[in-house]
Amino acid sequence: MKKKLLIAICLAAGLLALPTTGPAQEELTISRDFSPGNTKPIWVSISGFTGEALQVLQFDLYVQGFGFTNADGAQYLISGSSNGNFQGRVTDRISKHSLISKAYAGSSSRRQVHAFVDDFIVALSRKPIAQTKIAFKAEAGANSEIYIADFDGHSAQGVTKDNTIVAAPSWVPGRLALYYTSYKMNHADIFYHDLSTGARRTFARYGGSNMSPSVSPDGSRVAMILSKDGWTDLYVCNADGTGLKRLTTSPQDESSPCWSPDGKWICFAAKEKEHRALCKISASGGKIQQISTGGMSLPSEPDWSSDGKWIAFTVQHGGDFQICVVPAAGGTATQLVEGEDPSWAPNSRTLAYARREGGRYTLGLLDVPTNQHKDISRIAGSNSQSQPSWAR
Amino acid sequence: MKLAKFANLLMFALILAVAVSGCRKRPGYLTPLPAGMTHNPGDAPPSSPFDDTSKIKPNDLLTGIKSNDPGAHNGWAEDPNTFKSETVHFEYDSSVVRSGEKSKVAAVAAHLKADPSTAVRIEGHCDERGTDEYNRSLGERRALALREELARLGIDPGRVDTISYGRDRPVDTGHSEASHRKNRRGEFVLLTPPK
Repeated sequence: MKKKLLIAICLAAGLLALPTTGPAQEELTISRDFSPGNTKPIWVSISGFTGEALQVLQFDLYVQGFGFTNADGAQYLISGSSNGNFQGRVTDRISKHSLISKAYAGSSSRRQVHAFVDDFIVALSRKPIAQTKIAFKAEAGANSEIYIADFDGHSAQGVTKDNTIVAAPSWVPGRLALYYTSYKMNHADIFYHDLSTGARRTFARYGGSNMSPSVSPDGSRVAMILSKDGWTDLYVCNADGTGLKRLTTSPQDESSPCWSPDGKWICFAAKEKEHRALCKISASGGKIQQISTGGMSLPSEPDWSSDGKWIAFTVQHGGDFQICVVPAAGGTATQLVEGEDPSWAPNSRTLAYARREGGRYTLGLLDVPTNQHKDISRIAGSNSQSQPSWAR
Repeated sequence: MKLAKFANLLMFALILAVAVSGCRKRPGYLTPLPAGMTHNPGDAPPSSPFDDTSKIKPNDLLTGIKSNDPGAHNGWAEDPNTFKSETVHFEYDSSVVRSGEKSKVAAVAAHLKADPSTAVRIEGHCDERGTDEYNRSLGERRALALREELARLGIDPGRVDTISYGRDRPVDTGHSEASHRKNRRGEFVLLTPPK
């Protein structure tokens, strides 16, 4: 009815071309989607670089879905020099069109390569990630602390020194600030930590345990799991701690809330009718809706991509954990690699995750369309790193 | 199946509570008191079985018992040994207190009744299976389930703190089911007030 009216108005206004733009737009959306795990890499050839610069270049490209081949088979030719400052050029092999040709100065050679890769990615109209940060939990002995590092694990810096369990870091989108849970006061409390000033404050210290903070995309609200009212339920409040609202009242345990990019929904792991499931609820409260994961067992740790299309999560088969993605509306889930606790990069295609090896964890990055994955470097003095949160 | 059991328990508690409020004078528990102050040390331990359910309101069982303020037992001495053999073990992915484990909770309740000045902290733990934050929630749920059991036995929930360590504090770092079984647990730490 409305559509007809719209067409009538458009016809009257002389916009006769309009009816054809509908299907064309739809097609465009489909072509931009990827099929998780079996999309072919974008082939590039690399020449002229050596040493660390070459390694960094290959790593940055690999975890963003590029594959390496010779000049004859490549879509893009990447050439240049890393002798001294980094100079790079990218040419489309077929059209001979030059995408970038740039020299980089200052900072470290690693950063110069990251900046070059970002320029290339932007030239492809994609979101760059090579200069983004991640936060994570690093264990040392029985304790764990929060660290931040470049997305490839380099330049790691300790954030906490609480000598107890500190866990579940969550970045405030667009800001140098984190929320996390620390047992520093012999109680599981949520802290807000401003990394630019170093100042932190207790954010949630209610009775019982205060767990799993997750900041809304606009930074204005925080979802978390509290047991103040006797069950482990999902709560939400304003970023200043006011306006606390209980969203679930379930005797079962809820965990790991995350936000839809429009801030309207909170997705979390729950137990509904004795079955573990991913669920979502309106951030202002309402009915719990189950998100179908195609029968994947024991789903937990959901994370919603910033483009709104995907929810990444962990499934468990016996003692084995796998990273999965499912369309945000639910449906068929794709199992990708062994790992836990996925966190989307701002590009909505790369995931950071934790891979278990005999009770210890290593962080890895996974390019979801191609299923290409690589471990990132470990930090000194810690034998286990997990719970990545990607700054976005 | 388990849900049905839980529902039965709820029904049972509700019937008891209705029976109590129907047959007796309105008990004093309906007035909330500050955390940690809800028990008068001079009170005699409850004698009739009906008294046992009178500490929790029917509504508490439907929406959860309020947790203590974080500082409720600040400065109290912590004794992890007294209840060492009362550590309750749980089934995989479950926070249901099994009937075989209930005598341990009863022993803790008896101790707390015998010395009304004391309190207890329940520490919930999980095995390494299951993800980090899922286990942190599950560990807390286990501690809360034990607090509910103590409340059913007549212990004022104001004397019971809970904390979850998730999978971060295993007693056995092995990866076998035998290790996992030991790690899925709720530990009781006796708290005594500063002198």
